[in-house]
Order: sequence, then C-alpha cells, then structure tokens
Amino acid sequence: MASKKYDLRVYPGFRGITLLCLVILYAPLIVVMVYSFNASPSITNWEGLSLRWYADVFTGPESAKFKSAARNSFVIALIAATVATTIATLSATAILRGGKFRLRMVSFGLISLPLMVPEIVTAVATLIFFNAIGFDRGLLTILLAHIAFCIPFAYLPISARMQGIESTYEQAAMDLYATRRQAFTRVLLPLMAPGIVSGFILAFIVSLDDFIITNFVKGAGVETLPTAIFGAVKQGIKPNIMAISTMLLGVSVVMVTLSWLISRKDRKT
Amino acid sequence: MLWRRGNEHLGGTGVTSRTNDAIEVRNAVKRYGDFTALKHVSLTISDNEFFTLLGPSGCGKTTLLRMIAGFEEVTEGGIFLFGEEIEGLPPHKRPINTVFQNYALFPHMNVLDNVGFGLEMLGKSKSEARARAGEVLEMVQLTQFSARKPAQLSGGQQQRVALARALAPRPKVLLLDEPLSALDLKLRKAMQIELKHLQKETGITFIFVTHDQEEALTMSDRVAVMSSGEVQQLGDAREIYERPRNMFVADFIGETNLIEVTVDRIDAGRAACHLGGGHRLTCDAVDGIGAGASVHMSLRPERLFLSSAPTEGESLKARVRENIFIGTDISTILDLDDGPEFRVRASNSSRGTSRVFEPGTEVFVNMEQGAARLLMD
Repeated sequence: MASKKYDLRVYPGFRGITLLCLVILYAPLIVVMVYSFNASPSITNWEGLSLRWYADVFTGPESAKFKSAARNSFVIALIAATVATTIATLSATAILRGGKFRLRMVSFGLISLPLMVPEIVTAVATLIFFNAIGFDRGLLTILLAHIAFCIPFAYLPISARMQGIESTYEQAAMDLYATRRQAFTRVLLPLMAPGIVSGFILAFIVSLDDFIITNFVKGAGVETLPTAIFGAVKQGIKPNIMAISTMLLGVSVVMVTLSWLISRKDRKT
Repeated sequence: MLWRRGNEHLGGTGVTSRTNDAIEVRNAVKRYGDFTALKHVSLTISDNEFFTLLGPSGCGKTTLLRMIAGFEEVTEGGIFLFGEEIEGLPPHKRPINTVFQNYALFPHMNVLDNVGFGLEMLGKSKSEARARAGEVLEMVQLTQFSARKPAQLSGGQQQRVALARALAPRPKVLLLDEPLSALDLKLRKAMQIELKHLQKETGITFIFVTHDQEEALTMSDRVAVMSSGEVQQLGDAREIYERPRNMFVADFIGETNLIEVTVDRIDAGRAACHLGGGHRLTCDAVDGIGAGASVHMSLRPERLFLSSAPTEGESLKARVRENIFIGTDISTILDLDDGPEFRVRASNSSRGTSRVFEPGTEVFVNMEQGAARLLMD
C-alpha cells in the first residue's frame, strides 16, 4: 500500500473545511430538531424529552389551522408537481428530440430563465398578472403560480437524463416497426423514468416549501404550511413550530431518499 | 406479413415492377448544405446476396446505409426495394432491419423482449413474439441468456442479441453498420464466419458496412469500394483485390507497391512501361490507358519473389535493405537502382517460392503472371 504522503486522494486540511461546512449547514437544523422534543414551552431551556409539541400540532388550539394548511400544501404540491413534470417532459422531448429548429436555444433559455429571476420579482409579477386579468386570489391562484415556477425545476433533471440517452435507441425502435409514438412510450419514456421521478420530487419539494410567491398570490384566509408557520412565528416562536418544521424536514428527507433509491435501482439494471 | 403497415404507401408510388434486385440505388445524391456526402451513386444488390460497402470513414457508406434504412432522406434519386420505391417511407414502414454499430439494445428490456420487440410492433401477440424470439435466440446460441438485461452480457453476446433482434421479424434486407468493430480480433474473426453462415441459412440479403478491407473480402459475395461519396469499384473479392480499377482501390485493399510508370507502347494487349532508373516492365494493358500515359502501377508484394539470378520472366535488379518478420510472412524492403522502394512478401514457410536474402545483397525481383496492374488515377 502506498504511503499516505504520496496518496493523491489525500488533500491536507480538507477534513477541517468539511467539518466546518457541515456544522454551518446542519447546526441550526439540529437545534430545531432537538428542541422540538423539548418538554418546556420555552424555546431555549431544555427540560427533558417529550412529544407534547407534536401532540400540540395535531390536537392543540392551532391544530385546525395547521391541518388545513398542510392539506392545502400537499394537494397543491401534488397537482403542481404532476402538471409541471408533464409539461417539462414534453418540453424536454421537443427541445432535445425535435431536431434543429430555429428557436431551440431560445426555448431552452426561456424554460430555465425563471430559475435565475429573483423570486420576489416573480411573486410581484404573478400578483400583478392575476390582478390585471381579474383573477380572484385563492387556492387556484396558488396552484397556477406553483405549476409555473415548478416547470424549470422539473425540467432540469429530465433534460439532463434525456441528454444521456442516445437517439439510436429510438432509431432502433423505429427500425423495428415502432411508430414515433411507440418509440416514445415504449423506449424513450421508460429510459427517462428516473429523470422524470427526480423532476417530480424536486418540483414537489419546491412547491411544498415555497413561501414568497405563495404569500403574494394567496387569498385572504387561505394558508399553506409555510405561510401558516410564518403567521404563527409572527406571534412569537413556540416549540410547536419546531415540531412542524421537523416534520416538514422529515418529508423532504424521505422524498430525497426515495429519489436516490430509484436512481440507484436504475443504475443496477 | 412485413408489409402490413407499408402496403398502401408502396402501392401508391406507381412503380409496381417487381425485380429480383433486393435493393436498387438509382442515382442517389445526398447533400448536407454545401457538403455532398454522396455523388450520384447507383448500384443494385441482388436478393440473397452478402453485399459490403467498404471505405474509409467519411466515404459515404454509412450515409448510404442510413438512406436505405430510412433515417436519411435522399436529396436526389431513388431507392427501390424489389422494384418498389421506398424513398419517403419512414423507417417503421420499411421491411428492413438494422444491426447498429453500438447495438442500441434497449437497456430496460431483457434479451427475450429485445428480440421480440420488432414482432410486437408488427402486431404479433406477446406470446407469439416471445416464441419467435426464442427461436432466433437459439439460432445465435443465446437461449440461456433470455432473461438477462443487455448490460449483463459481454460485448460478443450483445452483438448476437442485436443480430437476433434484427433478424426476428424476417426482414427482406438486413443492414449491418460496422457491427463487429467493437469486438476483439479473435471474436471478430469467429463472428465473420458466423455472419456469413447466418446469411446463407436465412437467405436474407445482407448489406454490411465496414472500413476493414479484410473483413469485407472474407464475408462478401460482392463489395462496393467507396471513397469521397462515390463507388470506386464494384465486384467480388477476387476482382477487387486482383484487378483494382484505380489508385484508391489498389491502395485501400491490401498492401501494394504503387509505382509511377510511363507507358511506352501498347502491343497485343500488353503494355510496355518504364519506371525511374530506366527499369522496364510489361503488363496487361488496361482500357483507357494508352501509350504515353503517366500512371501508377500496382505490384502486390506477395506476388513478387526474389532470386539471386534473373529468371525468364519479368525481373528487376534491386538491393535488399531490410527484412521484417511478421509471423505468417516475411516482408523484405528493397531499393531499386535509381528507382523507388519496393516491398516483397514471402510466406514464412520452407515451401515458400521466395528466398530471404541478407540486407545488402543484390537480388532480382521477379513477377508472377498478373502481379503488375496499371491503374487509373
């Protein structure tokens, strides 16, 4: 075995930098997670392990508000992610498989540009747009806004996956008597599936935790989880917020793990 | 059966004369913008023939193959399948299947479903498609791998699956786009023989594309040698090797000595020529090369032999520069007095016609009948 001194994989000092980054990234999250299990109503004093704030979320005085917000969030995230993923899949197919059309680069730019537009600008613009066309604010406006801003998030993993799929697979399918549509559904789509799942999960998470745009376009009395949490925090931070945040974090972790497991399964076969 | 989707279109072209030519390419031109990939190529490929398109990369052979498959449009001219125009039909309406260079096996399907895919697309039931796929897999000796995914197979096995997949729908013509280029030498040689047998067994017309001249000569009934978008010569292996029409063909097929000569006169079908240094040679005259022409002559090194004294036939005096041992053969490089360099090849066998001489020895280079051939530029 080669000595460590000559091992090209050893970079001196990287361990320290890595640890520092990990602390900065995760320390606040860990504090929130730990204190969500605190028995005390204080958010700074530790008084022992308890699930009372989790119980409070489901049965406490604010539980009705949180439940309805959670339902709104999940329904919107599910629909928005589904619609956005469908649109993104079709766009990727058109842009990457539609041959060389004149507006190809423009199309790619247009679909990914929203990622670079400051969210507050998108939020204000969306609000003005809904006002201009006289659309009453409510759940539907949130949904439409979410579909729109989720498309680029869904598009990126889908197009990345598609770029890695050689067009000879579709040619082989068509050579074997498949129509264009059959080549798409029988060959291209299954090969793209991992990218589509990643795109869907990304869109779902982005929609689930969006605050700025939602806050602008939601109607009075309509809340999603992030806006409900924000509203509660304005009246003082209580440990039940930490419990909700921890659960939301849990959902994200589960989704990301799922996405990873699916992509790993795909690599194996 | 295979015409299921194509019938109405094939009938509508107005060309109904059925011929025995599996494929006819008529005056095909392919242009990409300013670049002309194919310049008025015409050729006919008979039914049941193993036909090879041979040429260096960029010669247009793959373009021609893709036009027959339906992946490229023909800019001018037409392509006919058994006398019926197929230009304009999409690939899935042509009863022609392709073995792709990188195989393009569907990674998400197992071997059996890959092979059955074409039949399923033709409307066969899943069980029918699987039964036929099983038969074809047996033909390529891969039955035990039916349930595997392509990624779990070796390169040679993937190659056979690709072949089985393309053969399963019983195409009228099978196109093979350099399918052996990714295999190692031993496997490639074995597959060459197997492909040849498979072609005879199935009776399907094979059109094979390769840049490997040895591969082309080994397998093909006929070869079209292509370069810069044109067919340089079309003929069987022996014809192309022994009677190359021009410089390109002589140089591309096998090893040869290309020597500049001037034709002095033509007499009774023989051309008397001289080369640098005042050496003289006669060889069979070729149509289109008359007295006074400055052309190249091809001398195949294995048809030359060395001797210490001049023989009755044609011979040139030369000096041995170097002997190179290449296993089956010994190649000798010689300098002609005031003339060009020469290579002579002798079989590495005691029965060989040529002797091996030490470097520096004065020898005579002798020619077998027909060793020398005049070439058009």
